[in-house]
This record gives sequence, C-alpha cells and structure tokens, in this order.
Amino acid sequence: MSRILNFNIYRHTPADPDSQPQMQSYSIEESHGMTLFIALNVIREEQDPGLSFDFVCRAGVCGSCAMIINGRPGLACRSLTKQMPDEITLLPLPGFELIADLSVNTGKWMRALSERLESWVHLEAKPDIDHLETPMEPEIAEHIYELDRCIECGCCIMACGTARMREDFIGAVGINKIARFRADPHDQRSDTDYYEVIGNDEGVFGCMTLLGCQDVCPKSLSLQTQIAFMRRKMLKTGVKLK
Amino acid sequence: MKIIYTDVLVIGGGLAGLRTAIGVKRRGLDTLILSLVPAKRSHSVAAQGGMQASLANCVKGQGDNEDVHFSDTVRGSDWGCDQTVARMFTHMAPKAVRELAAWGVPWNRVSKGRHEVVIHGERVSLDANPQAHGLITARDFGGTKKWRTCYTSDGTGHTMLYSVSDRAIAENIPVHERKEAMSLIHEAGRCHGAIVRDLISGELSVYVAKATVMATGGYGRIYGVSTNAIINEGMGQAIALETGIATLSNLEAVQFHPTAIVPAGILVTEGCRGDGGLLRDVDGYRFMPDYEPEKAELASRDVVSRRMAEHIRKGKGVKGRFGDYLWLDITVLGRAHIEKNLREVKDICQYFLGIDPAEEYIPVRPTQHYSMGGIRTDYQGQSTTMKGLFACGEVACWDMHGFNRLGGNSVAETVVSGMLASEYVADFCDSDEGELDFSTSLAKKFFDHQQSLLDRLHTTRGTESPVKLRKQMEQIMTEKVGLFRNGVDLESAVAELTELLQRSQNLGVCCRHPAANPELVLAYRLPRMLKIALGVAMGALARVESRGAHYREDHPERNDRDWLKRTLYTWKHESDPQPTLDYEMLDVNVMELPPGFRGYGAKNIVEHPDSQKRQQSVDAIADSSDSRFNAQEKQMPFHHLLPEKYRRRNERLDEPLNEPFDEQQP
Repeated sequence: MSRILNFNIYRHTPADPDSQPQMQSYSIEESHGMTLFIALNVIREEQDPGLSFDFVCRAGVCGSCAMIINGRPGLACRSLTKQMPDEITLLPLPGFELIADLSVNTGKWMRALSERLESWVHLEAKPDIDHLETPMEPEIAEHIYELDRCIECGCCIMACGTARMREDFIGAVGINKIARFRADPHDQRSDTDYYEVIGNDEGVFGCMTLLGCQDVCPKSLSLQTQIAFMRRKMLKTGVKLK
Repeated sequence: MKIIYTDVLVIGGGLAGLRTAIGVKRRGLDTLILSLVPAKRSHSVAAQGGMQASLANCVKGQGDNEDVHFSDTVRGSDWGCDQTVARMFTHMAPKAVRELAAWGVPWNRVSKGRHEVVIHGERVSLDANPQAHGLITARDFGGTKKWRTCYTSDGTGHTMLYSVSDRAIAENIPVHERKEAMSLIHEAGRCHGAIVRDLISGELSVYVAKATVMATGGYGRIYGVSTNAIINEGMGQAIALETGIATLSNLEAVQFHPTAIVPAGILVTEGCRGDGGLLRDVDGYRFMPDYEPEKAELASRDVVSRRMAEHIRKGKGVKGRFGDYLWLDITVLGRAHIEKNLREVKDICQYFLGIDPAEEYIPVRPTQHYSMGGIRTDYQGQSTTMKGLFACGEVACWDMHGFNRLGGNSVAETVVSGMLASEYVADFCDSDEGELDFSTSLAKKFFDHQQSLLDRLHTTRGTESPVKLRKQMEQIMTEKVGLFRNGVDLESAVAELTELLQRSQNLGVCCRHPAANPELVLAYRLPRMLKIALGVAMGALARVESRGAHYREDHPERNDRDWLKRTLYTWKHESDPQPTLDYEMLDVNVMELPPGFRGYGAKNIVEHPDSQKRQQSVDAIADSSDSRFNAQEKQMPFHHLLPEKYRRRNERLDEPLNEPFDEQQP
C-alpha cells in the first residue's frame, strides 16, 4: 500500500468576486516517481477541476511552476514527493500578482524588469550576417552561458529580504542579468551606463547580503559572487563619478 | 466588445513568433504578440542540443556547405519535403546563427589545438584549425554528413529564446501574455484577425489585423506521453482548420524521438548520442551497429526509434513497471564533458530519475516529439487557401521537414522562417492586398459565436467528462497511431476518435466561474484537439505506404509512384463529423535531388517513373557546371524567391566572400 499524501493548498481567485482566500486539503495516494506536477494533476483530474497552477515544460527549464513547497521556494515540476513528508503545504510565490491559487504573474514582473534594466545586448551597428562571425574566446562564451542560465522563475525574489521591504528592488535576477550583459563583448555599454540603472538602493546597493537567493536558486547560479562583483564594480564607478 | 487594431497580429511568443514580430516591426509596421504563457516560457526553451547551420568551422564540419545541409535535410525527410523551401532554409541558417550571435547567444566556440572527442565509443584526438579559433563550433547530430549543430552546452533553446525575446523587448514589441486565440475572423477567403480570450479574466476581445501570423507550435499533446510542453495542444492548427477554408497538411507525419526518459517522457538531447553516447539493451549490448552499421546511433531519428522498438519487440528491452525500455549510455563521455556540455541532461537525470548519468545508464524509449505537419502554406508562409493568414515554425507545413525532421533543424527553422515570413508579411501588408476591408459587424458575428459556445459550456449540464474523454483520446493515439501503424488499428482509431468528437459536443463543466478556470479551458480545447487527432489518424490510414516517421507494417515500402504527395485536410462544414482529405502532388521533374535510397536497412521503394530521368538530367547539369553555385542555380533556382536582403552568399573559411559588408543594404 502506497503512502497517503495530505496536501494543504492555498485557494483564491481574485477575479472571482465570490472567492475568499483559504487553505484547502486534499488526500491522494502516492505513486512511483511522483512529482508535484503529477500530484497536482491527479488532484485536479480526480478531486478539484478548478484548481489553478502553472506548468509548461514540466522538465525544470521554463521557470513557470515556482511555488512555496513546505516553506521553501522551488520548482514544483521537478520536486519528487518521495523526498517530502506526508503533509505537503503549497502556497503561491509572494511578491508577484496572484492570478489564481498557485498561479502568479511572474511574466509581467520579469518583462517590467527587462524594460527597466534594458536587459538586452546594446549593439553599435547592425550585424553583418553574411561574413564570418566575430570570433570570441571560448572561455568568454562559456562564462556568458553560465550567467545566461537564469530561468526567471522568481524564487530569488521570494527568498530576498530586501524585496520584502522594497517593492522596486531588482533582486538577484536583475543583478545577475546586468553581470551577464557586462560580460558580453557584443554589448557596447560601459560601467557608467550600468551604474545609471543599478547603482542605487533599488539596485545593487539595496542588497543586505542575506543571500537567500543563493540558497534557493534552482539553477545554482553564482548569485552571491555576481552580487559582490557587481557591487564592487559599481562602487568604483560611483566613486569616479563623484 | 473591445477591439484592438494592429498591422500584424502574431499568435505565439516562441522563437518563430518573436522573430517574425521583430522583422515586421523593422519594416515599419505595428505589431503585437499573443502568448498563452510569458514568452520566455514557450516550448522553444526546451530545445537542448542545438541548431543546424553549415558554418564548417570545426574539424568534422570542414567541407560542409548549404549543398550538404540541403541533401541531408531532403534525405532526412524521405523525399517528402518541398525542396525549394529546404534550399531557402539551408541558405538562411548560417545567417540566422550569425545574427543570433550578435544578439547575444553565447554559441560554444572552436578552441585551437588538439582535443579529444568520442566517436563510436572510442576516444579520438582532433586538431582544430587555428584559423577557426573563436568561431562558432558544432557537434554531431543524427542523419547528417558533417558536424553541423551549433550549440550552447545543452541549453540552446534557452539562450536562443532569451536573446530573441530580449531583442523583442528592446524593439518595444508588446506581448499580450496569457491570451488565447479562440477563432480566426475571416470572410471571402481573407483573414482579418482573431477572437481572443484572456486566460486571467476570462473575457473575450477582438484583435483586428492586416495580417495574422500563427506561430503556436506543434500538437504533441494529443498523445498520452510526449516530450512536448503541456501547452502544445495543436490549437493553432485547429482554429485554422475550423475556418473551413485554410488547409492543414501531412498531419500523419509525427516524429518519435529515440531518447525520452522513462516514465516521465522528458527529453534528453540527441546531443548525448552526437557527442558519442551509445544505446544498450538489457544485456548491456550495443545493438544499433547490427541494424545500421554505418550510422548506428546517429541514423535518422525515425530509423533509430523504429530500430529501438524492434529490438524491444525481440525481448531485448529492460522490463520496467511502466513497460520495456533501453539504456542510453553517456558514461563513456566522462564526467567533465557531461558537466560542461550536457548539464541539463545531468539535472534531468538527477531530479527525475535520481541517477548520476556519469556513473549510470539512462532509461529511455521512443516518445512523441515533433509535428512535421501543420497549417499548409507556400514558401512565403502564407496559407495557400486563405489570404492574410500566415504560419511559421512548428505550427506550419511550408514543408521543409517532409516525413521526418532532422535533429537541430527545428530551432533553426523557427528563426529562419521568422526572418523570411516577416519580410513576406511586410510585403503583403504594404501591397494593395494588405489593405483592410473590414466591418465591425463581421467581428461581432465571430465574437458572438465564441461567446455563445462558452456560455453553453457554463450553463448547460453536459454529461461527458472532459478529463475522461481526453484520456481516451491520448490512449487511442498512443496505442493505435504510434510508431508502428497498421490498417486495422488505424481504422478503429478513426472510428473511436469520430465518436469521441461527437461526445465532446456534450461536455459538462462543474467549475462555473468564468475567470481563470482550467476545467473550462480543457472543455473548449478538447473538441479542437480531437479534430487534429482525427486528422492524424485519417491521414495515416489513407497513406498506404511507409515514409519517414510514418511507418505502416502492412505497407512497409516507400511508394514514390503513388504517394509522392502531401495530404491536405479541410473541415468544410462545422457540423461535419470528420475532415475532408485531399492531396497535392510533389513534382519529381523540378527536384534538385530526385528520390533515391536513404541508405537505412534494406532498400524497399516503389520507384517513381520520372526519378531516373530526372537524376540523369541533374547529373548532366552538375557535370557541365564550373562551380557548385552554378550547378545549383541551373538545377533548381531559388534565389529569386528570397527577400533581396538575404540573397548574398554565406562566407566560410574556405569560401571567402569578397564583397564588403554594406551597412546600407536594404
């Protein structure tokens, strides 16, 4: 006989005037290799067809399904129930607009962040696509890839002390993005340009170095290093500008 | 009734849709993108292994060019593709990779000097050309003569999607997220936009546009187990089909990828085998060379998948709780290589299987992966039967993949088709045809129709369960319309799916609030999914031959004489129980590469009467031409079809381009 899992799941649909925030309980039988993706679908198919949650790739690469799993943020799709106790509590990520139940609007938040930080390669000229590409040292390409692996899931924002107090804090996701473009020789911006967008308390100087972000990042990005590095670079730039 | 106007409405926020939007915006048009999910969560992100483009920079890529890529693509398609489109694609792929490099994709680069690789399980030392140092490198993939697949570790789709998505943000292109197109607005064979549902509020609105571009991906989720993201339910194809005018084609061409993990069905990249990984059976024996001595694990995907299934049928599979499977062995590559170039694979193994692939074998089996069929378009991406409706990427069948797609050709297609389609869409919008002749009463008609369908689901008490019907559909597709097909099973699949579609008219929804409501979403999508599933099954039943991924055990031969043609589907009247099938011939006499033997297994082909004659005539042209460019131009001219800005040759180390870069070029 398999184990019975007892789920406590946050329920609320703000767009429905009759909806009140509440916790709801469900019990299901655990199956072999069960993930929270499978478990939530079993609940929806067999017990509660109205339960809302977000999965897209269900393979840990798209960043849609971040939620609070027994108190810690994580990707639900790749969380195996066999590593969890009998009681499982699921809450939507705070800090983002609630859509319904476990579904939050991280997409809107991330788009706004990108617009604010101008998180794209700033090119000097239109690229020449007929001739040989500009060479790049293999190690630089690999380093950029390391920083580019962020999936914008929002876990670092949930785990961030500053983001709790400051709604406009760009978080580790934002600081890492700037580090990524700064490392890219295609991007023509200078440290002075970066200073303008992150050289303030909403940016790199707002970080209190609690580093919850580093602990919870599902992609194990080197957020601690990137924050420290960017803070040093921005401090130097700031001092020069004074 | 809220109406939003734009010049170009792009439906789908993956690579194809984003690149199209960027292209039309650069032509001075207003555009916006609708997406079911935030754009960066689109299924493009799941592409792991890479993108094919004949740059010829790495040692094993030397001598590569558009001709070799073209030949691989056509052979891969089992001669089912449109060769002009395949030519346009292979010409554009290097340009696409180079544009992406400038936009920020950190392609892995060639490192000069000696380095070790694994080929056929053996360590081999290669010496990279010092001149190529720092240029974009490539890995081996199935069904290719050269190492041509450009990559960023095994997160290629991610880096591509992020760079292109960031580019779209840079160019101020709005993405209306969590919006679903419910139907296309059309009149007299002209598309005018779409009726769109907001997945948060549940409200309908009208989007009116000069041109509408579908870029909504494939229909893998009609199968029970698929490597596809769960949003790939074929809604783009379905709403095009529901116009009654637009046609779909080759729905029966469904690809099964050899290596999805068991039982979750999550993909591990072809790059595993490309980098030297091996397939092993229950005894740990490497079986592929017995079946395909030359290409072994790196035969075409359709071939490897079938050989795996064949080997399992011989009792050589590993018995498991969820059925038999085989082993993928990448331990031969070593930990350092896996942790650098196959790290997503490592994560997937760790999180979903609890194993370390540097130490243990990965349990895999063939699983639904790609939809070669889709909305039938011409080489410009425009529907052949509905003006103003375009499609690109996996949703489309402009037909560069025929009956089997090569690994690495899909993400390449998304960007290339976006680059090309955006120019043709812009030309269309700038022409007289592009002018909008449209009344709001027409929009009202389509709006009211969708609203009444939703209201009916809300208010009537249907007796059928959407969840149960969906499970039945998935089971039918998996069991009867899978890797091996036969007339008896397909006939029963068609009958059962027809009945399910009828029953789906009586779906009941318990959860009645109109806003974010997953049950309601399933209830309105399910009949559309069933229409596509039925199309796949009917096309497969009618096609009494085997070509590429479509394999009929009762008709194992490829029949060029009778079946060198595309299946077309139309849903003529809303009340029809099934789509109407028709066919479109492929013309052997214009092919640059006339039908031949792919070189896998035993030759089993019913020849087309014109194949041999055409082969002689292309050979004669090749013999009398002084360069590959001239020969190609005479055999099957295509450059005149390209947008002018993309007509120039591609430079390679061994093919320098003497014309300087002209910043003023159009």
